[in-house]
Amino acid sequence: MLKDKYDVIVVGAGPAGSVTARFAAENGASVLMLERDREPGIPVRCAEGVSHEGIAPFIEIDESWIAAKIDVACLHAPDGTNAKMYNNGAGYILERRLFDKALCDVACRHGAELLTKADVIGLLWEKDKISGVKYRYFGKIHEIRCDLVIGADGVESRVGRWAGIKTAVRLEDIDTCVQYTLSGLKVEEGCVDFYFGNDIAPGGYIWIFPKSKNSANVGIGVAGHLSHKKGPQEYLNEFIEKTYPDVKKTYTVCGGVTTSATLKEIVRDNILLVGDAARQVNPLTGGGIAQGMIAGSIAGKVAAEAVRTGKFDKKFLKKYRKEWDKRLGRTQKTMFKMKEKFMFMGDDRFNKIAKICKNIPKEKFSLKALFTEAVKGDPKLMADVAKAFVVSKLKK
Amino acid sequence: MKINKELCDICGTCVAVCPVDAISVSEFQVKIDNDKCTNCLNCLKVCPFKAIEEGD
Repeated sequence: MLKDKYDVIVVGAGPAGSVTARFAAENGASVLMLERDREPGIPVRCAEGVSHEGIAPFIEIDESWIAAKIDVACLHAPDGTNAKMYNNGAGYILERRLFDKALCDVACRHGAELLTKADVIGLLWEKDKISGVKYRYFGKIHEIRCDLVIGADGVESRVGRWAGIKTAVRLEDIDTCVQYTLSGLKVEEGCVDFYFGNDIAPGGYIWIFPKSKNSANVGIGVAGHLSHKKGPQEYLNEFIEKTYPDVKKTYTVCGGVTTSATLKEIVRDNILLVGDAARQVNPLTGGGIAQGMIAGSIAGKVAAEAVRTGKFDKKFLKKYRKEWDKRLGRTQKTMFKMKEKFMFMGDDRFNKIAKICKNIPKEKFSLKALFTEAVKGDPKLMADVAKAFVVSKLKK
Repeated sequence: MKINKELCDICGTCVAVCPVDAISVSEFQVKIDNDKCTNCLNCLKVCPFKAIEEGD
């Protein structure tokens, strides 16, 4: 049975929501997660790639939700030049439908409650203060009260909008994505491939993430302002026809990935936003799982502290913002500046970078080396990149 | 704006670029409130499956 009131209500039970709920509950708050879909993790809207260090702090690695292990990334320039990167740490291709459930289970084991098929449709207000949420559950509208609402409602987030937070992103700052799971193709074990080029995936890239020995997630992201005449599906179909003429398409998924900096505002009185809803996504890679979980761990702890002290005002909740900026927010801003640069880069520049990277000795070629090469000629950005990598090193 | 339900996959990408909160998503459908809509066409441009068309 649900209670009439919780300390914290988390809207959305994806990775960011579940981790937030877990840390809030673990630290003493009463927490309810409301999930719109019938179970967490479905439908999958994700390419499913993560790094080991991104997820290991939050859940014990379990083979059941790992489809493939990754240790090499191969970058393909428009002219076919490719450079292989062996020094970016280990990674996984997940089974998101199982991974999300496992994370949600962890939250529930720490005391959070979960209600699925509960579609949150608005906020409750008392004297201009947020005091809970309204949700639809099997055709009926229900109200439930809380001291703190946490919007973990993904790229399509509306919780923030209802509170007056500006969450809309520019067309330039969203990638529109389509992905097929292809079956019957030969994939190189342990290797993910990325294809770049203005005729291949304008403003984005094509990825090939192996899910087994003979299947892979093959997807594309195209920048929103460049996808009007020709959409991601057409670009991807062309690529697949050329690259894998004889394979079978099995699953088809689509979705949007924001490539902005974190929103200016992610807290207000009695509300905070985490994960895709707060636009806490790496704007260069489009990766958001680890980012959402890190944000969730900070948000959950701050939420529990708010409950302990009875302070739910914006001023107190800004602790979460500060901590986030220290951990990743500032790095994300640097990544955003780099993305802006990449977006307007010509194919010849991509080709040149790939050729230079190909000649960097295997043991020295890393993401840092790549980015440093890519931003050469822009001293300010070079300094930012160096700083960003020092920060991420210190965190290890 | 109107949505071609046969093409829409309910992914919610359109919501992220709507400047006026005219779009809502439930488990089963996406709805555009044409009273709020300002015809900026952002949603139409980013829809991965081109499921949004002009008109009421």
